[in-house]
Amino acid sequence: MSEQKIDGFELKPGFKGMASDTGSDQTMFKGVHWGKAMMWIFLLSDTFVFSCFLISYMKGRGSTIVDWPNTSEVFSLHVGSVPVPLLLIAIMTFVLITSSGTMALAVKYGYEKNRKMCGWLILATAVGGLTFVGMQVFEWSKLIHEGVRPWGNPFGASQFGSFFFMITGFHGFHVSIGVIFLFIYTYKVFAGHYESKKRGWFTKMKGDYVEIEILGLYWHFVDLVWVFIFAFFYLW
Amino acid sequence: MEETNKIEETTNKDEQTSTQKIGIYLWIWLLLFVLSFFSYMVDWYQFQGMLRWSLILFFMFLKAGLIMAFFMHLFWERYALVNVLLWPMTAIACFIFLMTAEFKYTLFSRFFYFVVGGA
Repeated sequence: MSEQKIDGFELKPGFKGMASDTGSDQTMFKGVHWGKAMMWIFLLSDTFVFSCFLISYMKGRGSTIVDWPNTSEVFSLHVGSVPVPLLLIAIMTFVLITSSGTMALAVKYGYEKNRKMCGWLILATAVGGLTFVGMQVFEWSKLIHEGVRPWGNPFGASQFGSFFFMITGFHGFHVSIGVIFLFIYTYKVFAGHYESKKRGWFTKMKGDYVEIEILGLYWHFVDLVWVFIFAFFYLW
Repeated sequence: MEETNKIEETTNKDEQTSTQKIGIYLWIWLLLFVLSFFSYMVDWYQFQGMLRWSLILFFMFLKAGLIMAFFMHLFWERYALVNVLLWPMTAIACFIFLMTAEFKYTLFSRFFYFVVGGA
């Protein structure tokens, strides 16, 4: 995505390019918008936060002498009278992947200056995110009704509740923030802020469709974290 | 009205930044659905033990890789950015390694003092 040409500087590919980019006594990330580089650095720090949560979960689950609750029973939903394991979680996963796909297409159409298509796809992404948060609220209230608390639960090891609420809560918080920004950017795209060169977020520089890619990076990251939570917390 | 006119004017084909073909996004999207379905099937058929864990990890890393490489465009980024982002992950791997040793020790202590009753 970085195809910008820089006068008087040869953009070499691969590790040679990395060496010359880094040692060029200029900007290090050639052709990368500053906002995009900053978003990546933020996502890197966020990766560490989520890693710490998941590693503490590993440590907690690994060191308890009481059996861990069977997640495929705890998170099952009854369809009629048949319990389907992890049904809600599977639907949530598919909703989040769907919204990730629409976001990826929104970024593509944004760069192609297809304003309407880009706006509708961001709106679809926001609706997907909202659906996800709604289902998470349902899941939380169901478990709270069944007596799951941060200090104990009827299914097994008492650490289960605290890890569950902490990890899924922090992820749900990220999704909620993302949904708010998705709605803001839906407005910005439909209002034509990037065509009329209105100024961007927290800056006097002119807005550009690269902001949609930056928003997309955040949204895909939220999906990425869910991949790990789904694997380690729900399936393991 | 004046503003809408301005918007249409700048919707010019010459200004378009070249992007990836739509097919690649749709393929990755489809693959993510299929992989998620497979990882759900791991639970559905109640695979246990090493088979379960290796399948979960395999699908997880494949999905994460696809999202990062294509949806987050890392496949097309320059190595200066990619390497700054990926090398710190080794620190996380180290942390996992340390905490694995730690939980085994805690588990041992709990068994020894709470179940066996100490020396």
